[in-house]
Amino acid sequence: MAVYTLSFFAHAYETAWAVRAPQSDEASSANLMTKTLDYTRTEKVARIATAMMILGFLLLFAGVIARGLSAHRVPWGNMYEFSITGALAFTGAYLGALRKYDLRWLGLLVSIAVLLTLGTAVAVLYRPSAPLVPALKSTWLVIHVSAAIISGGVFLLANVIAAAYLYLDSMESKGPRSAWAQRLPSLEVLDQLSYRLVAFVFPLWTFAVIAGAIWAESAWGRYWGWDPKETWAFITWVAYAAYLHARVTIGWRGRRAAWLCLFAGSTFLFNYIYVNIYGTGKHTYSGL
Amino acid sequence: MTNEIEIPELGALGLFRYSWRQLTSMRTALILLLMLGVASIPGSLIPQRDQNPMKVTQYFTNSPGAARWMDRFSLFDVYGSPWFSAIYILLFISLIGCVLPRSIEHFHAARALPPVTPKNLQRMEFYDTWDSNGSELDRAHSWLKSSHFRILKTDNSISAEKGFTRETGNLFFHLSLILILVGVGFGSLFGMRGEAIVNVGERFINVPTTYDSLTFGKLFSEKDLPPFVITVDKFVAKYNPVTNMPEDYTLWVTEVEKPGAPAVKKIIKVNHPLTFGSTNVYLQANGYSPIVTVRDKVGNVALQGPIPFLPQDGNLRSIGAIKVPDTKPQIGFVASFLPTQARDALRGGISVFPEALDPKLLFSVWRGDLALDKGIPQSVYRIDTSKMERIGLHSLKPGETFSYDGGSITFEGIVPWVNLQVVRDPGKTYALLGGIVAILGLLASLFTRRRRIWIRINDEGRVEVAGLAKNAAPGLEEEIKKLVRLLNGEK
Repeated sequence: MAVYTLSFFAHAYETAWAVRAPQSDEASSANLMTKTLDYTRTEKVARIATAMMILGFLLLFAGVIARGLSAHRVPWGNMYEFSITGALAFTGAYLGALRKYDLRWLGLLVSIAVLLTLGTAVAVLYRPSAPLVPALKSTWLVIHVSAAIISGGVFLLANVIAAAYLYLDSMESKGPRSAWAQRLPSLEVLDQLSYRLVAFVFPLWTFAVIAGAIWAESAWGRYWGWDPKETWAFITWVAYAAYLHARVTIGWRGRRAAWLCLFAGSTFLFNYIYVNIYGTGKHTYSGL
Repeated sequence: MTNEIEIPELGALGLFRYSWRQLTSMRTALILLLMLGVASIPGSLIPQRDQNPMKVTQYFTNSPGAARWMDRFSLFDVYGSPWFSAIYILLFISLIGCVLPRSIEHFHAARALPPVTPKNLQRMEFYDTWDSNGSELDRAHSWLKSSHFRILKTDNSISAEKGFTRETGNLFFHLSLILILVGVGFGSLFGMRGEAIVNVGERFINVPTTYDSLTFGKLFSEKDLPPFVITVDKFVAKYNPVTNMPEDYTLWVTEVEKPGAPAVKKIIKVNHPLTFGSTNVYLQANGYSPIVTVRDKVGNVALQGPIPFLPQDGNLRSIGAIKVPDTKPQIGFVASFLPTQARDALRGGISVFPEALDPKLLFSVWRGDLALDKGIPQSVYRIDTSKMERIGLHSLKPGETFSYDGGSITFEGIVPWVNLQVVRDPGKTYALLGGIVAILGLLASLFTRRRRIWIRINDEGRVEVAGLAKNAAPGLEEEIKKLVRLLNGEK
């Protein structure tokens, strides 16, 4: 009980930190908008924002671990737990990509998305920690769900970048970028980046689907049954496969590729939100 | 010489060739792939017969007109429908038509040597040049060799190539998808799937008549059922006292694999089925069978034994029917069973916990014609009371007896039942193998880069180095810099 209250506080604490991260980032964009262009100052603020993000990541990580401890199992049994872990994976994907590319312009969007997810999770989806139903008691839970959540985090990051691409593209077609957007990388970089993220994580998603099939074989007696969740996982897979083919083989770039990427990402989100709440398949365990 | 324009006669062969080209083109494949994605959407939103037959029936009662039309387009069996099959069969033909020629081509290319060093290396990427000291070619050769490049060496130049794994992985990925499809097809042709409700203490003999429902693949015959016998010894379900959710199901059984084989004690759990070759026995559902004894007015036993009841909610409130066809007139009990009884102001008798802590059997007694002889299949859980009259209403605890005009019923006790699902799928190994190869192929094709490096000592005695990366893959610049440093450094 105590541990589980602790986990709740950890989330609340994390949320408070995350709120400060976008503020500081906003400050940095505000500086650019007023064209003071004091780079040393914004650099400092941006650094603080990133540090906050890392701190938030660590706290959320601790929160997820605490949740697992309080339930004596991996914390992936219901939608509240998926959401907090998903937010963790999304932040992780952002921070991971940050090591290689300067993505700090994305920080504002990422932190807002994480905040919204955590807010919904705590306010709407919260359930006291409870043991798993027998069907979920399997090693495959850890393997299947972690692969799916990590892929989800990276897919969404690629999606946000593709959306940024489309927005900047329409801005550029009307004229030069406005001041705040000049700090953002060029369209080609965004295009490449979202492609790399998808190509990187597509095998993992394939693995998540196959691991799910192996588990379904031992739990439900068939490895594939067109359960709504399975169907949508398949649709997501097909959509990203189409995206990769369109890029590598046909040579789609830019706007068309970004739209396809957004479409594929939305099938993933639809699967997570709609199928979990309104779906009637075997993936629905009571209490979301 | 005429000025006539000759229109090429297409002919049957030409038409075939034309459509084959169209079908195997990448663009068509991509469209088919997207169509496959879109085509699987309706099946996830509209109830499907395979997963949810009850909801489909509901659809038919609620809006029969629309449902009939939807059924005409197989919208309740999307994944077995002609149009869905058409899309994936076309996609796979397109895939085979694309991948097989490429495999042959790749097989030859992988055994061939890299092309001869081109004349103008300056035009290539990452060009570098410096004065030679004579030993560069040998040192470059040994470095390239230790980095596993494939090398073509001539007198004054080296042409090296690496990254064939990319195409190999790509081809293996696509070939493995075909393997998965073969596995799925094989499984549905030679497989079977059946379910049977077995009371604890009873035996399950694997012959078609013991099943409650049974479906075969087209090429599977009843004789192929493995001749095993399972005796259900004990079943324990553990529930969480706070949330009422199930925590653990354990089933103890004794199996005899074939007549004459020794009896072996086994345990079946939800994620651990019992295995006989490619046949698995799963623990799929469970419930309660009230044991009753029904006597006629003289006191002779008309019916005795456990009757499986069908659970209606998480607390295992169950409904069932006790049919006594041998008395005249026939007697039927429309009943519900509550494992842990309680009363609810709105819903009447309810169950508040799934374990049988305070069991109760509620029923109404009906007399008349059970309509069993008409040949229309009836649910074992329901009674058609249209030709019957109600003569009593009562509830019993274990051990109690209720007498009505014409006989009596005794609630002796309860025994749990389990639903055993028997599945034979000989294709799953292929599908699994296909899945594993698919991932490995995907990793190989997405994470290796194909590139060429050339080194030449030209007529003026200068070393020239250049490279070319396929698909503009990054990293070659670094690699060439490293090579140049190595060749340059020891000057």
